[in-house]
Amino acid sequence: MEVALAILAGLFFATAIWFLLSRGIIRMLLGLVVLGNATHLLIFTAGRVTREVAPIVPVGLQVPALATANPLPQALILTAIVIGFAMFTFLLVLAYRAYRTLDADDTASMRLAEPEDGPRPPLSY
Amino acid sequence: MGTGMTAGPTVIADWLVVLPVLLGLIGATVLLLSRRFDKVSGAVAVLFVVAIIAVDAALLQRVLVDGPVAMIMGNWLPPFGISFAADVLGTALALAGAVVTLVVLVYGFAERSATRSADGYFALVLLLLAGVGGAVLTGDLFNLYVWFEVLLIAALGLLISGRRVAQLDAAIKYGFLNYLGTTVFLIALGLLYGAAGTLNMADLVATAPRTNPAAMAVVGTLFLLAFGLKAAAFPVNSWLPASYHTGSPAVSALFAGLLTKVGVYALLRTLVTVMPGVGDFLMPALVAIAVLTLLLAPLGAIAETNLRRALGFFVIGGIGMVLAGIALGGAQGIAGASLYILQAMLSMAALYLVAGLIETVTGATDTRAMGGVYGASSLVSMLFLVLLLGVAGVPPFLGFWPKLQVLQAGIARSGLAGGGPVDAVALLLIAAILLNAFLTLLAASRLWAHIFWRQGPLHDGVEGAPLRHQHLSRREAWFGGMSAFVLVILILGLGLWPEPLLRGSLIAAGDLLDPARYLAAVGFGGVP
Repeated sequence: MEVALAILAGLFFATAIWFLLSRGIIRMLLGLVVLGNATHLLIFTAGRVTREVAPIVPVGLQVPALATANPLPQALILTAIVIGFAMFTFLLVLAYRAYRTLDADDTASMRLAEPEDGPRPPLSY
Repeated sequence: MGTGMTAGPTVIADWLVVLPVLLGLIGATVLLLSRRFDKVSGAVAVLFVVAIIAVDAALLQRVLVDGPVAMIMGNWLPPFGISFAADVLGTALALAGAVVTLVVLVYGFAERSATRSADGYFALVLLLLAGVGGAVLTGDLFNLYVWFEVLLIAALGLLISGRRVAQLDAAIKYGFLNYLGTTVFLIALGLLYGAAGTLNMADLVATAPRTNPAAMAVVGTLFLLAFGLKAAAFPVNSWLPASYHTGSPAVSALFAGLLTKVGVYALLRTLVTVMPGVGDFLMPALVAIAVLTLLLAPLGAIAETNLRRALGFFVIGGIGMVLAGIALGGAQGIAGASLYILQAMLSMAALYLVAGLIETVTGATDTRAMGGVYGASSLVSMLFLVLLLGVAGVPPFLGFWPKLQVLQAGIARSGLAGGGPVDAVALLLIAAILLNAFLTLLAASRLWAHIFWRQGPLHDGVEGAPLRHQHLSRREAWFGGMSAFVLVILILGLGLWPEPLLRGSLIAAGDLLDPARYLAAVGFGGVP
């Protein structure tokens, strides 16, 4: 099961990198979403896949009686999902504003902060 | 195994460890709610930052006397709870960050007099400071990831406030690349958790050597990429000169003072303390990155005509200096790297503040349209000169001392001083540091000559007539000029009396290289 999940995560990463290598902002955003999901899948798999036994410690014991599912990866992934979703939303709005204002969804034509034909530096001194 | 929980509640005194972060988060919340009242918000923000400085100073005092202090969330025993652990390096950086934030806040009052808007500027500044405090005080790698994201969202909010079109362009590049950097960090954390089973820094010190070295090498390489991107080290530095200069001078000063330093701090913490074995494995890559960053950054500054973009390359050069210290290693090298992070926080922020004053006086952002500012404002010219010399590492300014420490570490390792085998790597790093100092001085003196020394902009190779300069308004002179002046005086004072800093940096390096005291504080004292 872990092998299958690892291969799936690898495919996700490959797709994400392919999207991120694009110049189109929308494709890059899609790449970030896929990359985030690939990472979540990776953390999930790294926490080891086990039977669906809830990690509840019975009354009177200090540790669970049976081997249970690992609860920590879920906590990590949940945190990462919340953060990733917030960042994605922000970048989406930013891309929309940039499209409205700059009329560009291509990073190659976004050269306001870094002028393309930069002036030569002065030669004096 | 015990119960996994500590018996009593946390001692009140130990709350000091989380208080800087807590105050920052509370302050950000209060200011977000009261963002419509700009005047009051400014005063409240200053009060919160002063409180954070006081708490950081108290914590630093305690850490210097008693050694590292730790607190575990929710009364869990380590490694189950998220731990916060303050040592000399982390606390000193938190304090320096808070001081820079205070100066920048006061400086910002001059800019904000004209435009009063409910843009949440003060809330975002406090959030940024909370992020810095959390990142340097946390003892848990996943928690570090969360603080990186807090820093990123606060920085993005600040970067786009101002509504200039270039800021959108800059924010897109900054946002995408930095989010990619934190995601790479998260990928490394997933792999590390799978391989080592823990993400607590203190726990990892014991666990990492027992873990599969191939897996740890992958994790370390990903850390180097992620933190290198955050710190703007050489091959992944292009986002910094593309974005920092578009915000207001106060915002870019805050970024230059706080953001990249957290990235290089994380590199120092992980490669030197948490996984020293992986650090040794990555050493050739680290040496190459350090040398290339040291050499290419000042060349970029020489080629640049936009004032604040040129300063961005100085920020990158400082990162190369820290990496060189890490690569040389040893107590001196690590102490120099630690102290250089602190000095870069103060001087890079101050440089951008003075650049903001220059832009106000000349009304231009490009150095080709500047000239003769020396006649208009000698104070600004002196402040800028002192900072430029400090960045280039000229004594007696603060930038000189950490550079000296790193060079001493290099000379000791190279075998030049006491015979022994000659170490080519150390010689290469020494040469790169000296060449970097020379090139930085060249770039800095060109900047100073162009902005202040010559009469006016060039026309067909001839210096034009002197420009008409604006005088700083009373508000700009008081808030802007005085805050930059105070920061420069602080840098000058620390440069003239570096003894406490040098001693502190050696304590910090001792705890980084031999984390026994750190481990004992977190609760791993018995574990070898």
